[in-house]
Amino acid sequence: MDETIFLALLQDGLTTGAIYVLLAVGLLIAFSVTRVIFIPQGDLVSFAALTLASIISHRVPGTLWLLDGLCAAALVLSLIRGRFRALLPYGVAPAALTLACWAAARYGVPTPVSMLLSLTIVTALGPLLYRFAYEPLGEAAMLPLLIVSMALHFVLIGIALYCFGAEGVSTPALTEASFDTGPIEVSGQSLCVGLVCMVMVGALRWFFVRTLYGKALRAAASDRLGARLIGVDHALSGRAAFALASFAAAVSGLLIAPITPLSYDTGFEIGLKGFVAAVIGGLASYPLAAAGALVVGLLESFSGFWASEYRNIIVFSLLIPVLIWLSLSRGNTEDRA
Amino acid sequence: MKGARAVVALLACAALPFVLTEYQATLAGFVGIAAIAALGLVLLTGVSGQTSFGHATFLGLAAYTTAWMSRYGGWPPLAGLPVGLAITGGTAFLLGLITSRISGHYLPVATIAWCASFFYLFGVLPGLGGFNGFGEIPPLFPGITRGTAAALIGVVLIAAFLLCANLLTSRTGRAMRALAQSRIMAESLGIDTARLARSTFVLAALLAGVAGWLFAHVQRYVSPAPFGLSASIEYVFMVVIGGASQLAGAVIGAAIVVLLRDQLTELLPRLLGSSGNFETVAFSIAVILLLHYAPRGIAPTLFRGRGRAVPDRRAWALSTRTMPVEGALVLETVGLEKRFGGLVAAGGIGLSVHAGEIVALIGPNGAGKSTTFNLISGALSPNAGSIRLLGNAVEGRGARFIARQGLARTFQHVKLLPESSVLDNIALGAHVRGRAGMVRSMLRLDRSEEAALLHTACIHADRVGLTDVLSDPAGSLPLGRQRLVEIARGLCLDPCVFLLDEPAAGLRLQEKQALADLLRALRDEGMAILLVEHDMDFVMGLADRVAVMDFGQMIAEGRPEQVQDDPVVQEAYLGGVA
Amino acid sequence: MTLLDVRDLSAGYGKAEVLHGVSLSIAEKQIVAIVGPNGAGKSTLMQAVMGLLPRRGTVSFKGEDAGDAGWMVERGVVLVPETRALFTDMSVEDNLELGGFSRWRQGARDLRPVMDEIFGIFPRLAERRRQLAGTLSGGERQMLALGRALMGRPALLLLDEPSLGLAPKIVADIFRVIGAMRDRGIAILLVEQNARAALQIADYGYVLEMGRVALHGTCESLAEDARVIETYLGRKRSV
Repeated sequence: MDETIFLALLQDGLTTGAIYVLLAVGLLIAFSVTRVIFIPQGDLVSFAALTLASIISHRVPGTLWLLDGLCAAALVLSLIRGRFRALLPYGVAPAALTLACWAAARYGVPTPVSMLLSLTIVTALGPLLYRFAYEPLGEAAMLPLLIVSMALHFVLIGIALYCFGAEGVSTPALTEASFDTGPIEVSGQSLCVGLVCMVMVGALRWFFVRTLYGKALRAAASDRLGARLIGVDHALSGRAAFALASFAAAVSGLLIAPITPLSYDTGFEIGLKGFVAAVIGGLASYPLAAAGALVVGLLESFSGFWASEYRNIIVFSLLIPVLIWLSLSRGNTEDRA
Repeated sequence: MKGARAVVALLACAALPFVLTEYQATLAGFVGIAAIAALGLVLLTGVSGQTSFGHATFLGLAAYTTAWMSRYGGWPPLAGLPVGLAITGGTAFLLGLITSRISGHYLPVATIAWCASFFYLFGVLPGLGGFNGFGEIPPLFPGITRGTAAALIGVVLIAAFLLCANLLTSRTGRAMRALAQSRIMAESLGIDTARLARSTFVLAALLAGVAGWLFAHVQRYVSPAPFGLSASIEYVFMVVIGGASQLAGAVIGAAIVVLLRDQLTELLPRLLGSSGNFETVAFSIAVILLLHYAPRGIAPTLFRGRGRAVPDRRAWALSTRTMPVEGALVLETVGLEKRFGGLVAAGGIGLSVHAGEIVALIGPNGAGKSTTFNLISGALSPNAGSIRLLGNAVEGRGARFIARQGLARTFQHVKLLPESSVLDNIALGAHVRGRAGMVRSMLRLDRSEEAALLHTACIHADRVGLTDVLSDPAGSLPLGRQRLVEIARGLCLDPCVFLLDEPAAGLRLQEKQALADLLRALRDEGMAILLVEHDMDFVMGLADRVAVMDFGQMIAEGRPEQVQDDPVVQEAYLGGVA
Repeated sequence: MTLLDVRDLSAGYGKAEVLHGVSLSIAEKQIVAIVGPNGAGKSTLMQAVMGLLPRRGTVSFKGEDAGDAGWMVERGVVLVPETRALFTDMSVEDNLELGGFSRWRQGARDLRPVMDEIFGIFPRLAERRRQLAGTLSGGERQMLALGRALMGRPALLLLDEPSLGLAPKIVADIFRVIGAMRDRGIAILLVEQNARAALQIADYGYVLEMGRVALHGTCESLAEDARVIETYLGRKRSV
C-alpha cells in the first residue's frame, strides 16, 4: 500500500478510535461506580443521532416521550414517599425540555440548538434507566446486572425501531471543511472528532481530579463503605456515573452520524467495540482503555482494508487473549456464597 | 416414578402428529429444539454457575456442519449428527481450555467475544452463503410431516431430559452444584473444579449441538442470524424466565418464550399500529422485572423440590482407612512461614496434632491464625517450612491433594448447598471415594457405587445426629445443625485429621454443648482435631492442648489452665499498656 | 447531656444473631470504651449503631430516633471502621478533603483551614500529603482515617479497633490523639480488643461477651476487676 492509503487508513482509524475512547471512558465510569457493564450505551449512541435527525426534520423525537414517561414514573414514586423536592428534576425540567423540543420541531431552530436538545434528552435517559432497571437489584453480583444490560439493550432497540423506523440517518457535520495537507485530505469532521474527544476527556479529568463532586464519585468507586461513611449516597453516585456514560454516548452519536449513517441497531456494534476497549483496560484503567480504543480503531481500519469481511472477527477475537492475560495477572476465585 | 412419567411423555409425543395442526406442530418443534438447547444452558448456568452468552454459537456449528454435509456433500442427514457433535464438542473443548484461565466476571465477557466472532465467521466464510445463508437442506427423512418431526423432537427432548436428570442425581451432579456454590469448598473436598467446569461446558455445547442438528433439518435453512449474540441472549432469557436451578426451567422457559413470541408477533403490531419486534421488548421487560422480583424464575413455584435421594441401608458401605494408633503424630508443621509483601503473617510456626487429641489454635485479632489455618488446609502455599500429614509432605500441593490425603475442614461461614438435601450435602464429602464420571452417571451405570456413597453418608449423618432431617433442604436447618452437616460431610472424606474454623461462632449454648460432645466423641475414636476458635469458654473446656499466636508468632503452648495463667498470653490478649 | 442512647440493641448477619439486647449510653465530652474478646460482637455493635445493619431496639442521638448511616453523618456522627475504608487509590489530601464532603454539601467552605489543623495534629500526614493512601503504613493509615473523620467536625466519633495491627509505640500515639480529641469536645465511643489501653484512656467502660454486656462501670473499677480477664481467656475449669 502506498503512503496515501496508509495515511487515509490512519486518519480513519484514529477517528473511530477517538470515538471508542469516549465510549470506553463512559463505560468505565459507570462500571467502577456501579459494577454494571452498561452494554446499552451503544444503543444510546443511536438514540442521539436519531433524535437529532428527528428534530431537524421537524418531528418531535420519540425518545422525548420515553424520557417523559420515565420522569413521570420517577415523580410519582418520589411524591408517594413525600419527597416533594423531586418536583424540580422530575417535573419541571422535563416539562420545559418537552416544550423546547416541541417548539424546535415546529418552528425550526439552528442546528447547534437541536444538537443541544438531543444531548440533553439522551444524557437524561442514562440515570433514569439506571434507576429503573438496575437500582432495584441493589448490591447484586455482576451476572444479574449483565443480564439486565442485555435485556435493556433489546428494549432500547425495540423502542428505537418503533419511534424511528429501520432507516439509517445522517446528521449534519460540524464542519464541511477539509484540509489538503499534501499526501491526503484531512477532513474537518475528523479533526473535530479528535478535538471534541480530547476536550471531553480533559473535562472529565478536570472534573474527577479538581472538583469535590468528582472526587466523591471516585470515592464511591474506590470504597463503597468509605463513601457511605462520608455521606456519599450510593444511588446518587450511580445515577451520576450513568449520566456521564450516556453523555459520552450522546456526544459520540452526534460525532459519528455525519461520517457513518446510524440506524436503530448500528449503535450497538459501535458500543460493543467501546466495550472491547474498556476490557483491554481491564475494566479499571483509563489510560489503558484509551490506548486500547485507539488500537481497536486502527485495527478495524487497517484490517478493513486488507481483509474487510474478517474485520469484526479480528476485533472481537482480540478480546480472548486480553481476557486471559487479565485473569492471569489478577487471579481471583469467585464464590456464590 | 420417573420411568412412569417418561412413558406418559413419550405417549404424548406419539400423539402429536394426530393432534396438532401443521402450524402448531411447527411451533411445538421449535419449542422442543429451544428446550434441548436450554437444557444445556441450565446445566451450565443454573447448576454449575458458569454463564455463557455464546450458547447459540454451538447450535450454529452443528447446524452449519450438517447442513453443508447434506446439502452440498450429499450425505444423509443422520451422518451430520456425529460430525456436527464432534465439531461442536471439539470447539467447546478448545474454547474451554483457552478460557479456563479466565476467571469470575471476565468469563461471560469471553463468551460474548467468541459469539460475536463466530457470528461474523458464519457470515463471511466462503461457501456458506454469506449473511443470507442457504436453504434446501434435506429434511430428517424424506416425506416427514411437521407433526412427525415434532414428535421426534419431543422424543429427543425426553431422552436428553432423562440423561440430564440422571446426571444431576449422581456424584457428578453434586460436584457440579458444589462448583456453583463455592470453588474453595469444592476443592477442599477433592473436586477438580477446573476439569469439571470444562466438562460441563462441553456437555452443554453438545446439547446445543443436538438442537442445532435438529434445527437444520427441520427449518431446512441456515443463516448466521439464529446463531448470533441476540439468539444467545434469548436462550439466557429462557433460562432466567423458566428458572435456572431446575431442568424443568429449560422446558418452561423455552415454551414461554417461543409461544408467547409467536402470539405477540401478531398481537402487538395490531395493538400498537405499526411493525417492529415488540415481542422482544416485552420479553426483555419481563426478564428485567423477573430479575428484580423473582430471580429464581417460574419453575421453583411450580415444582417444589427435587426428588430426594432415598438411601438404601442394605447397600454395602465404602471401605474406610485404618485410623492411626492413639497418640501417633498425624499432622505436623515445622517452621511454617507466609509473607504478604513485607508483612510476615505467620513465621516459624510449629504445630503438632496427634491421633485422639484436640488442639486449639487461639490468639488475638490479626495474630495469623487464619493464615496458618489456610496454609495447613492447602488454600495457601507457604513461603518456607513444611507440613507433614502422616509423614508425607503436603505443603504447597493444594487443597485437593491434601483432602485426598485425609484432611477434612470446615468453614467459618458455612458453605453448603442450601437447596440440596442434607443427605446430598453430606454425600458430597464422599466424592473422592467414588469414580463414576459424567457418562456413567447419565446412563445410570453408577447405581451401586452411588448406593454405597449414600449409605456412607447415612452412617455419618447418624454419627452426628442428623438422621431425622436427611431429606430436608440444608438451608432450612438452624446454624448449629448446618455446622454438623459440614462435619458429617468432612467425615465422609474418611479423614485422619479434621480442621475446624471457628465452629462455635454464632451457635447457641445447647448447640455448642452438642458440638463439643461430638468433637470429644470423634477424638475418642482416634481422630486428630485442630480447631481455630475465639470462644474461650468453649475452647478451654474442650481442648487437650492450646497453642497461642500473636503477631504471626507462636507465643505459648500447653494445657488450657497453663495457657490461661501464662502472663505472656494475658498480655497478648489484654493488650500492652500505652 | 446524653448524646447517644442505645437500648436493647439486637443485630446480626443472616442466620447468626450476634448482639442480644445491648444497652449503653454516652454523654458529651466522654470517652466510653467497649472491650471484649474477638467474636463478642463489638464491630457488629458499631455497625448497628451507625445504621449500616438492620437492627432491633432503639438508638437515639441527641434525643431523636437515629436513621441510617447517611442520617448519622449529616448530624455529625462519624464511624472509623475496623477496615478503615480509605480510598486507597486517592491521595492523602483527597481522602481528607472527602471527609468534609457532608459539611461542604451543607454549606461549609472551610475545608482548607480545617485540613491544615489536621495536618498540625498529624505532621506525618503533612509530609505525605500527595501520596496515595494505599502506600501508607498501618499507623499512617489509622492517622489518615482519624483525620478524615475529624474533617467532618463530628460531635460523636465511633472508633472500631483503632489499635488493630499497630505496633505498641504507634498505639500510644493514637491513644494520645484520642484523648486530645475528647479535650476538644468530641464524644468518643471506642471499641477495642486491647482492653488495658482502652480502659486507661476512657471514662466509662462496657465489657462485651458473646453479644451481651457482661460488666460495666467506671474504668478504674474495671481495671481492677479480675473478671475481665476471664471474658478474654475463658473461665477457669475447677481442677
